[in-house]
Amino acid sequence: MKPPPFGYSRPESVVEALSTLASLGPDGKVLAGGQSLLPILSMRLAAPHHLVDINRLAELDYVRSDASTVRVGALARHARVLADAGARAAQPLLAQALRLVAHATIRNRGTTLGSIVHADPSGEMTAVLALLDGSVRVAGASNERQVPAGEFFRGPLESAVQAGELAVEASFPALAPRAGTAFVEVSRRHGDYAVCGVAALVEIDVDRAVVVARTAYLSVSPIPLVLDLCETAGDFAAAAALARERLDPEPDIHASADYRRHLAGVLTERALRGAHAAAVERSAHV
Amino acid sequence: MSEEERFDVRLIVNGAAHDVQVPARRLLSDCIRHDLRLTGTHVGCEHGVCGACTVLVDGVAMRSCLMLTVSADGTEITTVEGLTEPDGTLSPVQQAFEDCHGLQCGFCTPGFLTTITAGLRTNPDPSEDEARELIGGNLCRCTGYQNIVRSVLRAAELQSARDRATLAPAEGAGVAQSEGRA
Ligand SMILES: Cc1cc2nc3c(=O)[nH]c(=O)nc-3n(C[C@H](O)[C@H](O)[C@H](O)COP(=O)(O)OP(=O)(O)OC[C@H]3O[C@@H](n4cnc5c(N)ncnc54)[C@H](O)[C@@H]3O)c2cc1C
Repeated sequence: MKPPPFGYSRPESVVEALSTLASLGPDGKVLAGGQSLLPILSMRLAAPHHLVDINRLAELDYVRSDASTVRVGALARHARVLADAGARAAQPLLAQALRLVAHATIRNRGTTLGSIVHADPSGEMTAVLALLDGSVRVAGASNERQVPAGEFFRGPLESAVQAGELAVEASFPALAPRAGTAFVEVSRRHGDYAVCGVAALVEIDVDRAVVVARTAYLSVSPIPLVLDLCETAGDFAAAAALARERLDPEPDIHASADYRRHLAGVLTERALRGAHAAAVERSAHV
Repeated sequence: MSEEERFDVRLIVNGAAHDVQVPARRLLSDCIRHDLRLTGTHVGCEHGVCGACTVLVDGVAMRSCLMLTVSADGTEITTVEGLTEPDGTLSPVQQAFEDCHGLQCGFCTPGFLTTITAGLRTNPDPSEDEARELIGGNLCRCTGYQNIVRSVLRAAELQSARDRATLAPAEGAGVAQSEGRA
C-alpha cells in the first residue's frame, strides 16, 4: 500500500522546526530517518496531517563524547554512532547494541534518537538508554526539558515527547573505570527484531566485589525494563533465576511467554558474565 | 476533493538531473519507477524488509521504499541502471553475478547489486563472513544465497583487477617520466 496524503515542511534550522511544530500542534509529526515511520504510513497504521522533515537540520547531526557523557544529536544516523570511535571508547554499550539494530542499510538512514522516541519495546537503543539511566533533551518552541530515561518511556510506541515538541539530543553516561557492559539477544535472523535481548552493566570495586549488576530487557515488557540484580552478589546463575521470577512476558506469534522467560534467564546470565569479564579487563587498566 | 499539493524536486539520477513535481507522499521507489521510468529498481515488500528497492543516495545504500522523494531533493542517486559502465561493460559486481550464477529469477538482484557495490567501496576485500554480513539485509527466494556470497568475493577480485589495470599504465608513465628526468 501507499501512504495517505499529508502536508510536508522541511525546515532548515532547529528554530524554524520548533516554530513549525508549535503551529501545527497535534497535526504535526516529525520525520527523521523514516525507517519506522514510513512503513507505518505505507501500511496505513497512522495518517498524520503534516510531516516535519528534520533531515536538513545539519546542526543536529553530531556525536560528542567526553569523560562523562556521549551526546547524540537527533540527526545522527545509527551507522554514524556505531562508527564513532569516541563514543565507542566512552560507552562501549552503544556499539555493542547498535550492531544488532536492523541491517546496515537501515542503519544508514535510521537515527538513534528516532529509535528511542519511537519507544519500541523491542528496540535495542531504548534498553541502552534505560540501563545506563541516560536522558533525552526535548525542545518546544518556548521551553526545553531534560527527561530522564525512567520518565521517558510511557508505553509501547509512546514516549514523553508531546505534540509540538522535538527531541534534540540523547545523553548516555560514559562507562565508569571499573565497569563493563554486554548486549546479547536472540532473533530469528540476524538483524530482525529480537525475540528477547538483554543489556547488562556490571561494576566491581578494588577488591573485585560486584557493586553494580543491572540488566535491561527487550521484547518482554511494554516499556524497557531494568532490573537491579546486585543482591545476588556476583552469582550470575542466581541473578538469572531472580530475573526469571521478576519478568512477566506476554506471548505473541513469535514466542510463548514461557519461552521468552526462559530466554530472558539464559541471556541474563550470559550478558552479566560478559559485562563482568569486560569490567575485570577494564579495571586492569585503571 | 482538492488537488494534492505538489513539490518541486531535483534528483541527480545516474549522473543526469531530473526535475519532478510530486506529492509529499510519493515514495522515492515509486518516483524512480513511475516518474523517471527506471524500472530496474524493484519493489518487493514496501516496508524495508526485503531490500529489493535499495539504491545509493549520495553513495550510501538506502531503501528507496523508506524514503520520500521530497526528502531526497538535491541528492545524487545511483540505481542499478547506473552501475554499468558507459560503454555497456558490466560493473565488477554485475559481472560477478553472471560468473557465479548469483541470480535465478532476478527480482531481488538490483538491490543486491547496489548494496554490494557500496559495501565493496568501504570494504574492498571482505572475508566470507563479512560478505554474508553485507548481504544480510537482502532477501532472495531462489538461490539459497551461496552463489551470492561467492559473487561478493568474486566481485572484490574483479574490482581489484580492474583497479590495477587502470592504475598500471599511469604507474608506467610515472616511471618513464622519472627515468626521463634522471
Ligand atoms: C527492516 C527493518 C528492521 C529494523 N530492525 C530494527 C531492530 O532490530 N532494532 C531496532 O531498534 N530498530 C529496528 N528498526 C527500526 C530502525 O531502528 C528505525 O530507524 C528507528 O526505529 C526509527 O528511527 P528513524 O530515524 O528512522 O525515525 P522515524 O521513522 O523517522 O520516526 C519514528 C518515530 O519517532 C518520531 N521521531 C523521530 N525522531 C524524532 C525527534 N527527533 N523528535 C520527535 N519525534 C521524533 C517520529 O515522529 C515517529 O513517530 C528496523 C527498521 C526496519 C525497516
